Order: sequence, then C-alpha cells, then structure tokens
Amino acid sequence: MIKFDNVSKRYPGGHQALNQVNFELVDGEMAFLTGRSGAGKSTLLKLIMLMEKAQQGQVFVNGKNLNRMSPAQIPFYRRRIGVVFQDHQLLFDRNVFDNVALPLQIEGYPKHEADRRVRAALDKVGLLKKEKMLPITLSGGEQQRIGIARAVVNRPKILLADEPTGNLDPELAAEIMHLFEQFNQVGVSMLIASHDLSLITRLKHRILTLDKGRLIQDAYHTATVPGAGR
Amino acid sequence: MNTRKRESGAKQSQRTARGALQSHWQQHLKTARESLKRLLSTPTASLMTVAVIGIALLLPSAVYVSMNNLQALSGGINVGSQISLYLNEDITDEEAFQISERLLQREQIASSEYISPAQAAAEFNAHSGLGDVIDALENNPLPGVIVLSPSSIDSAAASTLLEELSHLPEVQSAQLDLQWVERLQAFLQLTQRASTGLMLILALAVLFVVGNTIRLAIEGRRAEIVVIKLVGGTNSYVARPFLYAGALYGFAGGVLAWLLLSIILLSLRGPANELLALYSSDYQLQGLGAANSLILLTLGAFLGWLGAFISVRQHLSAIEPR
Ligand SMILES: Nc1ncnc2c1ncn2[C@@H]1O[C@H](COP(=O)(O)OP(=O)(O)O)[C@@H](O)[C@H]1O
Ligand SMILES: [Mg+2]
Repeated sequence: MIKFDNVSKRYPGGHQALNQVNFELVDGEMAFLTGRSGAGKSTLLKLIMLMEKAQQGQVFVNGKNLNRMSPAQIPFYRRRIGVVFQDHQLLFDRNVFDNVALPLQIEGYPKHEADRRVRAALDKVGLLKKEKMLPITLSGGEQQRIGIARAVVNRPKILLADEPTGNLDPELAAEIMHLFEQFNQVGVSMLIASHDLSLITRLKHRILTLDKGRLIQDAYHTATVPGAGR
Repeated sequence: MNTRKRESGAKQSQRTARGALQSHWQQHLKTARESLKRLLSTPTASLMTVAVIGIALLLPSAVYVSMNNLQALSGGINVGSQISLYLNEDITDEEAFQISERLLQREQIASSEYISPAQAAAEFNAHSGLGDVIDALENNPLPGVIVLSPSSIDSAAASTLLEELSHLPEVQSAQLDLQWVERLQAFLQLTQRASTGLMLILALAVLFVVGNTIRLAIEGRRAEIVVIKLVGGTNSYVARPFLYAGALYGFAGGVLAWLLLSIILLSLRGPANELLALYSSDYQLQGLGAANSLILLTLGAFLGWLGAFISVRQHLSAIEPR
C-alpha cells in the first residue's frame, strides 16, 4: 500500500528531515509514526501527500511511484487518500456539512449521493446533529472530528493523520484513536503520526519510530520507549 | 446469475455517468451563484470595480454612437454647404446684383452674395501669393460668382436646387461646394482610427482592474485554496469561482455602461432634435441598438473573464499546500 525505499528529504535550508527511510505498510495495516518533535513525522506524511518531494529514494503508493507523478495527476491522486491535520484545515466560512462535503463537491458527486455520504460520515464521528453549525462554534475535539469526517467521506483506502490528538485531553484522544481503529477494521490502511507514546503503546499496533530523520525502530506491541534519552 | 450481475453493473455505471454530467452543470451553476453572492457580500468594493469597468466601456461606446450619428447625418444633410453660380462673362455687375437679389426671394435660399470679377481677382491676389499675376494679364479671366447657401440641410433638396439653378440662362456653371462634408468625413475617419486605439487602451484598463480585483480575492482566500488543493481540487476547480467573478464584474460593467449611455442619449435627444429641426431635418438621434447592446454586454463579460483568467494564471499556481 505504502512503501518507502531509501527515502531522504533535505529542506532548502539544508536541514536533513528524513534520512534513508525504508518501510512498507501493507493493505489494511494500521501503524503509528512516532518520535520527538522535529524527528520528521510530518515530513514523511507530506511526502505521501506530495506536498513535498524527496531528493533521494522512492515513495510508492498503491504501486505507483510518486516521483513519476505529473502535477496534473496530483489532485486525482490526493482524492484517493484521506488526511487528518493537526490544525484541522477547515473552512471557517462554511458550516460543518459543507466542510465535510468539500471532497465530494470537488469530485462532482450528484447532490443526493453526496448528501447521503456526508450524513453517513457525520454520523460516524457523532456530529450529525451539528451539521448546520459553523466550525468556529465547536470545541477542538469536535473540529478534529469534522476533519476526520471530511477525510473519510469519499471512502479512501488510505487514511493519514498528523497528530490527530495533539490538542485533546486524554479521554478525547482515546476516543479519536478508537474511531481510527474502527475505520481500520473495515479495511482502511492507516498511518498516524503521534508523539503521545503513552497513548499509542496501549493500542497494540505497529509503531515506526523516527529520530532525527532516521527510522530507528519498527516494532509491534511494544511497551518500551525506544530511542528515548538518546 | 452472472449475466444479471453484469447487466446491473452496466446500468449502474450508466446512471453514474448521467448523474455526473448533471452534477457538472449543477456544479457550474452553484459556483456562479456563489461567486455572485460573494460579490454582493462586499457591495462597496464590487461597485467600485464595476464602476471603473462601466466607465471604461462607456467611453468607446459613446464615441461609437457619436460617430454613427455624425456619419448618418453627414450622409443625409449638408450643414454649411454652399452653391457657387459662375456667371456668363457678359453679365455686368449691375445685372449680377439683381440676379442675386432675385434668388434671395426664393424660399429654398438662405443667403446670397455676389462676388464681382474685380473682387475675385483681388482675393486671388491676396491669397494665392502670386502677386499681381492677374493685373499683368490684359483681361481679368475670373468670372463673377454668386455664392448661395441653401436654407435646407437636406442633401436631396440641395441637389434639386443645384440642378435648377444650373439651367438659369445667366449661369455658366453651378457647383455644390461639399467642402464641409468632406472635411467631416475626413475627421470621422481620423476619429475612427483614434477610437480604435482608445478602445484597445480601455480594454487593457478593464483587464488590469479585473485582474487586480481578482488578485486581491485570491489573496483573501489563500487558506481556502490550500484546503481545496489538499483534498484534491484541481487548478481549474480552484480557478472557476474567480473566472465567474471576473465575468460577472465585466457583465455588470457592461450593464452600467449601457445604462449611462442610455441616460446620456435620452437627455440629449430633446435638444438635439430641436437643433436638427431648425435645419428642417427630421433626423432622429440614434442609440446603440439591440445588436450592439448585446455586443457591449458580451464584450464586458469576456473582458472580465479574460482579466480574471490572466490573474488566476499568475497567482493561483503559486498557492500550494506546504
Ligand atoms: N518547510 C520546511 N523548511 C525547512 N525545514 C523544515 C520545514 N519543515 C520542517 N522542517 C524541519 O524538518 C525537521 C522535521 O520536521 P517535521 O517533519 O515537521 O517533524 P515532526 O513532525 O516530527 O515534528 C524539523 O527540524 C523541522 O525544523
Ligand atoms: Mg509534525
């Protein structure tokens, strides 16, 4: 599903954000991406979204080499991947419903079909009753759930999330993670970046650990804190 | 079992194809409506843009209408035209004065003036710069001339009068002096050329005004554009509302220009018709006409769209999610 083959990314300032990263996420797998702030988690997700390009190595998604993708293909590629951002990336001049409907609108879904899917997604994240409200009037956790509903509304096979629980209290964070597990159970491949080790080690999934741009550990069901203190 | 499955699959794909097409137009309509709503949500700024476009479109339209009217007028009437009657050589000054007086009695003739051969020679000497050439000749070769101006500015009436006067026994030849009309025609041609240049400059002005307005709109919606691109919006999807906005600005500018021109023409109609009636012409002031009005509106919308297109081309691709 997602494959990194010796990928290195250096930012224009000269900072090496990723250094020879290798891993593969198979179809239907769920994995966490962890590491301290600045380790390169967001950069790795941005490479998958083609918001950045690697200088070295290759990223494959669904067997497609992202290096070979033309700018005109990128929007269509992005429609197949759901992304949840830490800062939500919502449109604050539209209500909850219209925010979630955006990806379907872009794809030109017929209205009745779009409405049905939006309501299904809102139902899943528990916001069906708030569809007419503006995002700004909702809490941080609710805004994050709008972002999640938007990410899953066109039923992508891959879901990425960058610090989806970053600003939430532990209870809400656990709730969000549980929601992700539900998506994974119906076959969505998931890659979730989070520095909240205590939360993700409890969840018993694969954990990829980045440190200064290097993938230093790739483990399952780990309860230790790899790379800490180094 | 198997075939039934395939059939239903085909039906489904047909349905989605038709649904997608429908939704394509729905989408355009929705985008256009949203663009309009957005323009109306900032009425002052939108009105300023529309006003500038309107004035820029009004100027060439007004020039066009003026020229159309002048051209039609100059074809049908002869303001300031003169008829020169060259008299036979054996007509004395005395007789010539009498003819002139007699002609003045006619209703069709507004003024009449006799220029004797001696006066003509003096004028020739004064204006030709040839000194005393005529004095040097034994006989003054210039004939006596009666210069008339017709009281009607109708060119047909002037021609009839000319024809009639040329048959007078004392008249050697008669000539309609169309100098004024010729000058007007030349002036119109020059104006036409100048107004083509003016139109190009004003079209550029419209492009700049719309382009700048759209640039600001793009800047103001940067965050939104980033989000749309993140969830898979193509450049053309992102561009669409701005292109609609540009076309709407241009169209509204065209409507404004049309309204202003109509008001100007309406306020001029009374005085102009009075003036023309003085010259006993029944010419009516012409407006833009239905076809040209349509062209004005279409051109406005097109220029607006083009201005937006150029602006979108320059500024939209620079906004990428990071
Ligand atoms: N656009 C950028 N330009 C330059 N350096 C960047 C940019 N984005 C991130 N970095 C640097 O790359 C490193 C990795 O960043 P990031 O991927 O955001 O880490 P994480 O998400 O794990 O905190 C950091 O040191 C950060 O300062
Ligand atoms: Mg990050």
